[in-house]
Amino acid sequence: MNRRQLLDLYFLEARGKLIDLAAFLDRIERAGGADDHRLEAFRAALHQLTRDAGGKPRAETVLLLMSDPTVEPLDHAPAKGATGAWPGPV
Amino acid sequence: MARTITATPSPPMRYIEPHAHMVSRVTDDYERLALAGCVAVCEPAFWAGFDRSSAAGFYDYFRQLTVTEPLRAAKYGLQHYCWLCINPKESEDVKLATEVIELIPPFIKNTNVLGIGEIGLNKNSRNELKVLEMHVDLAARLGQLVLVHTPHLEDKLKGTRLILDVLKNERRLPPERIIIDHVEEHTVRLVLDAGHWAGMTLYPETKCTAARAVDILETVGREKLWLNSACDWGVSDPLAVPKAALEIKRRGHPEAQIEDVLFNNPKKFLSQSPNFKLD
Repeated sequence: MNRRQLLDLYFLEARGKLIDLAAFLDRIERAGGADDHRLEAFRAALHQLTRDAGGKPRAETVLLLMSDPTVEPLDHAPAKGATGAWPGPV
Repeated sequence: MARTITATPSPPMRYIEPHAHMVSRVTDDYERLALAGCVAVCEPAFWAGFDRSSAAGFYDYFRQLTVTEPLRAAKYGLQHYCWLCINPKESEDVKLATEVIELIPPFIKNTNVLGIGEIGLNKNSRNELKVLEMHVDLAARLGQLVLVHTPHLEDKLKGTRLILDVLKNERRLPPERIIIDHVEEHTVRLVLDAGHWAGMTLYPETKCTAARAVDILETVGREKLWLNSACDWGVSDPLAVPKAALEIKRRGHPEAQIEDVLFNNPKKFLSQSPNFKLD
């Protein structure tokens, strides 16, 4: 599909998601309180979206930015769940 | 009396659901799968949402997977297959895992068992790795296929790398007999480059959307990829696979590509097990 066809197919959906993101950030800001590692990673990812990606896939870049970059296994599993963004070394 | 479907009005396509946790789904979902064109559903062993208190809980679960679910599925004309293991979320307890793994060999003889899965990692701990290695050894000794779960969200990249290291060191298991599931944009090439098959899971929030899955198919090719819903007791959609087929079609790809990804690819991988036989 060409760019026009993809815009026809996905623009409104992406526009809706973009406004949702904006509303999410407004909601967080209204709530006050401290940021945590998730919001910091989220903001860093947003910054990546607006940069000239130079051909590097943005989805992969965002996923890598949220990921644990370390290579050593943990001594024990701290819990079962994941938060969505790496909090840093434990 | 249970409802049965005697005639299905020309399903739009045939497909295989290669990863669904049907023990967590209502019987109506079997009907919906059948109406959507599903011909076979494959169920890896997984976490029940709580930790079992003993190996006896797993013994009962394996009976459910090998006896009860095939009967539920058959009422709707669906073939049911399963994979056996103790899942990574309960693998921190190595003693329990050892007891559960000892239960598996007799169950392997059931005709709906495809292999060992979904094994893998959850939080990438040393104990999880130890249990992964025990499962891999079991699969190698029994000549079984392997289905691997990769961790969630921020743990996926590291977990995928650790899993690939374990598998690389197990020379008794050819890479093409292993599928590594839940790949996303940052892990799919790692898996395919190692010679394994890769599964994409269609979840609304925490894994791939249909649009992203089609992006991945377009960018890395479809030769060794499949799609699954991994529907379970959480937020998930048992019809995610046929909905992704619609997405592939909306992108302008031919029906033959849909057939490849939704039917031919899972059939090719799963047919490496002598138990997988489509009627």
